[in-house]
Amino acid sequence: MTELITPDIFIHLVDLAALDLTPEQGEYLRRELNNQLKAIHELEAIPLAADVPISLHGVPYPQAISPALRADEWIPCTDAELIIAQAPQSADGYIVVPDIPHTTLE
Amino acid sequence: MELCDLSAYELSQLIHQRKASAVDVLKAHLKRIEAVDGRPGSLDAGEITAEDKKKVHAFITLTPERAQAQAEAVDAQLAAGEDPGLLAGVPFTVKDIFCVKGTPSTAASRILANFNAPYTATSVERLEAAGGIMLGKVNLDEFTHGSSSESSAFQPCPRNPWNTARVVGGSSGGSAASVAANEAPLSLGTDTAGSIRQPAAFCGVVGVKPTYGRVSRYGLIAFGSSLDCPGPIGRNITDAAMMLQVMAGPDRRDSTAALKPVDDYLSRLEAGVRGKRIGLSPDYFRIVYPTASGEYAEKAVPPDYEKAVRQAAQLLAQMGAEIVEDVPMPNTRYGIPAYFVISRVEAASNLHRFDGVKYGYRTAQVVDELKTLYRKSRGEGLGLQPKLRILMGMYVSAAQYSEQYYRRALRVRTLIRNDFEQVFDPAGPYRLDALLTPTTPTPAFPIGEVYGDTVLMQYADQLTVSANHAGTPGLSLPAGLDSEGLPIGIQLLGADFSEANLLQIGRAYEMATANATWRLVKPAVLS
Repeated sequence: MTELITPDIFIHLVDLAALDLTPEQGEYLRRELNNQLKAIHELEAIPLAADVPISLHGVPYPQAISPALRADEWIPCTDAELIIAQAPQSADGYIVVPDIPHTTLE
Repeated sequence: MELCDLSAYELSQLIHQRKASAVDVLKAHLKRIEAVDGRPGSLDAGEITAEDKKKVHAFITLTPERAQAQAEAVDAQLAAGEDPGLLAGVPFTVKDIFCVKGTPSTAASRILANFNAPYTATSVERLEAAGGIMLGKVNLDEFTHGSSSESSAFQPCPRNPWNTARVVGGSSGGSAASVAANEAPLSLGTDTAGSIRQPAAFCGVVGVKPTYGRVSRYGLIAFGSSLDCPGPIGRNITDAAMMLQVMAGPDRRDSTAALKPVDDYLSRLEAGVRGKRIGLSPDYFRIVYPTASGEYAEKAVPPDYEKAVRQAAQLLAQMGAEIVEDVPMPNTRYGIPAYFVISRVEAASNLHRFDGVKYGYRTAQVVDELKTLYRKSRGEGLGLQPKLRILMGMYVSAAQYSEQYYRRALRVRTLIRNDFEQVFDPAGPYRLDALLTPTTPTPAFPIGEVYGDTVLMQYADQLTVSANHAGTPGLSLPAGLDSEGLPIGIQLLGADFSEANLLQIGRAYEMATANATWRLVKPAVLS
């Protein structure tokens, strides 16, 4: 089986995933991705009738056991300062981040 | 016999009867932790010393002051004639994947090492409301991504109390280790592919993966949102039943917590197994896995393991159960390949929130734009296993591959679910009350032997993962020791919301083996 995750695809994935990797990490991760895809390949051999639906989760949720959606009500946050204090950098109750450069969508 | 060697049930009785105080019980457990646990897991821990290798290292964070205040409150309630609850004064540990207000909630990751949760998970809230005493947060695979607890960013990782050269399993490894070493009678874990049952089996304790939706996931840092299940780990069935009783039930803060009323897990615990139909499946006596050449190999579980299951079946039959042989579960072998896809897609989605902006780790490097901040913070803060899951999740859910991988895996999940529906269908040919299987295909393996090979590591979960796909409950309980003195776990699998039934069968087996010689053997760290 040829490598499905080529170096070019890998670089693209890493960019999409917003990850900085060392060369050693990149080598290990690309190898493991390809190894896992070999295991996943087994799925392609399973005969699946056209009417087999997807299961997003195993347990069915009939209405009788499904909680109704909560009312869309405003609930005051009593510890906003505590939550903002978790941010690595904040000022005047706002989270501080570096510049977001202007980009033009192509 | 110290107080910390008693079960949760026994401690609760003693404390309720005021024959022991919650404070004394807490002291006994802290003393045990000091004796066996060694240094807690930490970032940049340096060399693992010879002394480290003799200890359990279950904990990341111990919270003795918080526990002391809780224990004093329980004693005060009892002195005032009030009942603190079912778990009055019973200590428990919490896998550090649950948020607990005011404590570090690290997910065993550098990226959350400095995160103090601003709220408490429903499970923990309910355990504490029932009088339970939280001792601290225990170690795990980073973000629960593993089956050995070795991938934790907080080292030393937990070591198996039965043989400290062996892994504890994972990802709830610190949980199982803390219970096996009598550092706590109970621990709160999570199970996404077997992460409660597999470490419970490796450490010789009881672990329950409840039905998906039976226990709220509120406050659990998510891995695979359609698979994750919080559940109890204890040293016996009664303790696990007590813990589940307290945690289970609807929760307005989790829309997947089912509205179904919670059964009484304790009142019929010793009602026996007469008339119950218990199945054995050849598909659970072997594993199928890919070899380095890309071929598939089939391997039987070790003879000790099949023997343990068959002996358990024989004992249950002697107590009146009907054993049904050759139950087909043909899609069991596809559990891991499907899991490689589904769990990675869900993990990638869940892990995007860790970006160095709102909380957690931010790179110390000076960066001039936000995207660079994301890349550097995530690159430095996340370990290899979360990175691997993000990358795989993004690949298999990409528009051009989604039909081939993600949607196909979700359809295979339907086949796996169908296996369970057919054998538990009360009107079907099998009409099972439970399926009895080995929990794992191997005993606890040596530390360092498998870690790094992510395919082989994942196949440690082949006998447990199907229940996560199906959403059905599973229970692992100790069933002896192998030729090397390592625990063997057997597993009971059941229909949706059949936890009471599984606990009842497990308790029957426990009573039938109460005098077995292997039950007299204790973990090495306790001898």
